[in-house]
Amino acid sequence: MSILIGKDTRVICQGFTGKQATFHSRQCLDYGTQLVGGVTPGKGGSRHLDLPVFNTVREAVAATGANASMIYVPPPFAADAILEAADAGISVIVCITEGIPVLHMLKVKAALASYDAVLIGPNCPGIITPDECKIGIMPGFIHRKGSIGIVSRSGTLTYEAVYQTTRVGLGQSTCVGIGGDPIKGLDFIDVLGMFEEDPDTAGIIMVGEIGGSAEEDAAEFIQAHVSKPVVGYIAGLTAPPGKRMGHAGAIITGGKGTGAGKVEAMRRAGVEMVDSLSDMGRRMLELLKN
Amino acid sequence: MNLHEYQSKRLLADYGVPVPRGGVAFSPDEARSCALQIGGERWAVKAQVHSGGRGKAGGVKLCSSEDEVAAAAHALLGSELVTSQSGGKGLPVHAVLVEEVRGIAREIYLSVLVDRSSATIMFLASGEGGMDIEAVAAGSPEKILSSRIHPAAGFQPYQGRDIGYALGLDAAQIGTLVRLMAGMYRLFVEKDLSQIEINPLIVTAEGELLALDAKIGIDDNALFAHPELAGLRDASQEDARENAAREHGLSYVTLGGNIGCMVNGAGLAMATMDMVKLHGGEPANFLDVGGGATAEKVAEAFKLILSDSGVRAVLVNIFGGIVRCDLIAEGLIAAVREVRVAVPVVVRLEGTNAGEGRALLERSGLAIIAADELDEAARKAVEAAA
Repeated sequence: MSILIGKDTRVICQGFTGKQATFHSRQCLDYGTQLVGGVTPGKGGSRHLDLPVFNTVREAVAATGANASMIYVPPPFAADAILEAADAGISVIVCITEGIPVLHMLKVKAALASYDAVLIGPNCPGIITPDECKIGIMPGFIHRKGSIGIVSRSGTLTYEAVYQTTRVGLGQSTCVGIGGDPIKGLDFIDVLGMFEEDPDTAGIIMVGEIGGSAEEDAAEFIQAHVSKPVVGYIAGLTAPPGKRMGHAGAIITGGKGTGAGKVEAMRRAGVEMVDSLSDMGRRMLELLKN
Repeated sequence: MNLHEYQSKRLLADYGVPVPRGGVAFSPDEARSCALQIGGERWAVKAQVHSGGRGKAGGVKLCSSEDEVAAAAHALLGSELVTSQSGGKGLPVHAVLVEEVRGIAREIYLSVLVDRSSATIMFLASGEGGMDIEAVAAGSPEKILSSRIHPAAGFQPYQGRDIGYALGLDAAQIGTLVRLMAGMYRLFVEKDLSQIEINPLIVTAEGELLALDAKIGIDDNALFAHPELAGLRDASQEDARENAAREHGLSYVTLGGNIGCMVNGAGLAMATMDMVKLHGGEPANFLDVGGGATAEKVAEAFKLILSDSGVRAVLVNIFGGIVRCDLIAEGLIAAVREVRVAVPVVVRLEGTNAGEGRALLERSGLAIIAADELDEAARKAVEAAA
């Protein structure tokens, strides 16, 4: 078991024939993901990576039975791509694209409320259920099938958490990179709820960062609804206010969204917070032994 | 990206928001002409810098003659203004805004921004205008009024009436406020803004509403759609290294410590800064070289870090996922040779081919200190910088 995706997930790639999409689609295929085709408007009917290319997501879904999509469409067109996927009946939409205007995402978020689709990202590494399905840009080899659910706003910090849990022998059930943008699809709370329900997830690592209040909201949620052990880490404790730290969403504004405030909220909610990034895997192992 | 007050007010005026009569000047003579054109007997000469707190820093001068206006412009132009919000740095004054001075009956705060938790555009207002709104929010949050706008419906007049009545404005003023907020909303969505802040919005002695000070922020990710706004960027108000980094596709923030950091990924870059601090050091910068760290980017990153003369050691932290560590090591070696790095460089490589990468670094003969874990790397960098 796992959350959101597994060995039966059938994936298409939007923006399939672009350079990044081609590289990462190949990696996903090598990993064993059931990538069943792709969409590039105007190139329908051709083949790419030995898979069919379609003009529209609707055609791709009809022909392949795809239920998940991985989006590499450039920022100006990404909102269109996300909504096209939702409207064609895709249930898990993973948007890797970085740099989508915030107001585009506001509209997307409001429109998605009318669909059953789940959006992961944008500006994220994607989602992986080890040994079953990888949708995104994460390096597959660091993962190992196991019992830890990982959810993070940062790509590289997800990899750190993955690598550490692999090395201590715990492995991962599913890892979800929710992305570094201020307005996004799934948030911590959504994923935490799924991990709590997933019988194969024994513990959860949650990696947050400065900006916004998603970690504070997650802390409240954990206190009320999560019984599994949670190890937490917050990046950006030393970040100055008013400065965007790489991610569009990583900014302290109006005294809100500080790292210290998040650490405090999560600690109060019973989350095992680590000061050092290197301790996530070890601490989780200790928690599960006790 | 932020706009100057005069640029913000032009945009606001285009969308029907009342602003004081005024003009921008780049020389004392132009300032004098502006004053003549505006007429009246009193003018404000306001330094145009990307920072609040200008008044207290001496950046706003009240004048009673055209000569005084010219003198004020002469004093301000070419100077550097250090405000309580400029982070200790002086911001160069290249332009002043000359405006009519109006009698003030009361000051209101009004802004519009994106509220992350509700994923909507939201108006914020307060009767405590002219003050630091963060202080109001912290001290008496009940004094802050807010109104969320549904993305499908857009701004509705009742949202302006709600705020207008709550602020105790009269019927005519509420009519103006509703039109003004509708204009702000339209400007916000049409130009992909991240913030419009009018502080204060004044009620004049005659009972009119007027945007006395205004600040606009633009969503950098949407600039591709607004070339006319991209042209309004004033690079002199921004950090030179941060601008240079942007041109090379790097994300850099100056922090002021003595340990330069080079990391792939924004989250890991923040975590690296934190780790340096945890071990008693001070990071000089945040620097994300991006997921696809190439040798070229690594070289540019080294140049950027070393252009900060305060840097005593460099900490490189790369998690090689898709990118192989041996390739990154080659890039690092080339960059250290090319840029002639004279300070100690501590490198932590992890991920794909990390062992090969470390071996390459050791064989290079360069003074590169290798580390296995981030903890160890940060400790070694702090020691090296001491």
